[in-house]
Amino acid sequence: MKMTALINIEIYKIFKKWRTYISFIAIGVLIPIIHIAMMIEGEHSLDYMTRNLKQSFIFVGNLLNGYLISYLILNSLVVHIPFLITLVAGDLLAGEATAGTYRILITRPVSRFKITSSKFLAGIFYTCLLVLFLAIMSLGLGILIFGQGELIVIKSSGIIIFARGDIFWRFLTAYAFASLSMSVVAGLAFLFSSLVENAIGPIVATMAIIIIFIIISAIDVSFFQAIKPYLFTTYMNSWRLLFDNPLNINEILSSVLILLGHVAAFFFAAAYIFNKKDILS
Amino acid sequence: MENEKVIEVYGLSKKFREVHAVNNLNLNVHKGDVFGFLGPNGAGKSTTIRMLLSLINPDKGEIKIFGKPLHKNRIEILSKIGAIVESPDFYGYLSAYKNLEIIGRISGGEIPRKRIMEVLELVGLEKRYKSKVKTYSHGMKQRLGIAQTLLNDPALIILDEPTTGLDPQGMKEIRDLIIHLSKEEKKTIFLSSHILYEVELVANRMIIINKGTTVIEGEVKDLLNAADLKVVFEVNDPQKAKSLIQKNSWVSKLDSIIDNKLIFNLSTDEIPFLNRYLVENSIDIRAIVPRRSLEEYFLNITESAG
Repeated sequence: MKMTALINIEIYKIFKKWRTYISFIAIGVLIPIIHIAMMIEGEHSLDYMTRNLKQSFIFVGNLLNGYLISYLILNSLVVHIPFLITLVAGDLLAGEATAGTYRILITRPVSRFKITSSKFLAGIFYTCLLVLFLAIMSLGLGILIFGQGELIVIKSSGIIIFARGDIFWRFLTAYAFASLSMSVVAGLAFLFSSLVENAIGPIVATMAIIIIFIIISAIDVSFFQAIKPYLFTTYMNSWRLLFDNPLNINEILSSVLILLGHVAAFFFAAAYIFNKKDILS
Repeated sequence: MENEKVIEVYGLSKKFREVHAVNNLNLNVHKGDVFGFLGPNGAGKSTTIRMLLSLINPDKGEIKIFGKPLHKNRIEILSKIGAIVESPDFYGYLSAYKNLEIIGRISGGEIPRKRIMEVLELVGLEKRYKSKVKTYSHGMKQRLGIAQTLLNDPALIILDEPTTGLDPQGMKEIRDLIIHLSKEEKKTIFLSSHILYEVELVANRMIIINKGTTVIEGEVKDLLNAADLKVVFEVNDPQKAKSLIQKNSWVSKLDSIIDNKLIFNLSTDEIPFLNRYLVENSIDIRAIVPRRSLEEYFLNITESAG
């Protein structure tokens, strides 16, 4: 049995389920709402953000543009999008257990490793597709409504203003990075999915871990700050490094490798568990 | 039947926590057999079937299918098996046709539409092939389960309680299908059931298991026919009948007396003689119920398990 055929079957199954479209509908509704809000309140918000700077600088050009809105939306990625990812990734294995269809799959002449791999890769495909949809809705629609312009990024270290021609590739890379971050979430949900026979557990467990890690990272206590480098959530926001000038390539690559390591670790752990699992459902 | 062994199980054991689901089980299924795998609920039938299909890893023992160890040749072996394990579950959000198409593809390649429609027709689902499986009744799912076992033209078919949830007509159709598959298409069939009568109608060999262990194994006709009958004579006056019996050689055949029932161990030929003797001595016979000892035994273990 060819892997591509198995992956195609898994993708087909994912997109035949109603729950898959919840994520696309949520993004499809949420992003236009943000755009509408920015049309109404955007100028006011931008004035508020830059109120101190305006005392020293004069801003010209279109600062409230598609890039700025995309940048703001990307900042919410780490909290909101994982939930949408887990809806599908948490169901990949556990959903088969709940439906009793493990028996159909495993009594076929195909290895358990191939079953796990095809499901995982289908889950990653869904994750990337969702991030791509997010990119189209936030960046594409944003540019369509608000046009292009310079991107102003306010960081604790200072303000960076990117020229119009220097932004688009950063966003493309940032969305690619976001796909990797979300693949870690998908991997974690997939791992939990291999352990249980109900999709609710993996969704709740994955979200609980992400929220706990984010809270730990946010608390400014030396103990928590010491463990921060060991939490994968720390690296999920490293797409922001792409909006530094100059770029810290080493830090970006190290974040990419850490996230890839997590994806691989979660996948192999799930594959090992699934390979040893007694199918009792 | 041919002597080539299709399934060989040696010392198979599986424990769930402290419970021995299967305990040192041995069995052999020969090519062309319709092999009845009997036992009350909880006897370990489904656990055994799950181990035969590598859904569960055994704690001990060896399984050989088509002469090869299962754990080393899993994919090759499974490519020649069609199976239903317990209730037939499918992707409810897909049609019957799409389910079979996917199962066929996972099993190794594209199954022609003609073949899918052929198996659907065989189980009487050809008119509902476009309907989503979630709209199917249990009986229809059971039929679809049978259809998926036949999809790849397997040499060995494993059916775990295939008539559960079917109406009498549906049960008969499945039995007829099993006989057809065995006689006309020369398939080897491993049929699990908790109904002795069902196995008796279709199987040539059988095993009875209880608490995960073999109770008896052999040819169905030998096991069922060679054994003595337990014959219950229900009479109007058991005391009079008892004293009558105790005066002659019939007493050696008397097994027990329960209320107005006298239970004898008899051969089929002896029944009319004892009947005549009692009637000639003014004992009214209300009923004569012959039960084979195996049936009696199976009924006992089934009732105690239930």
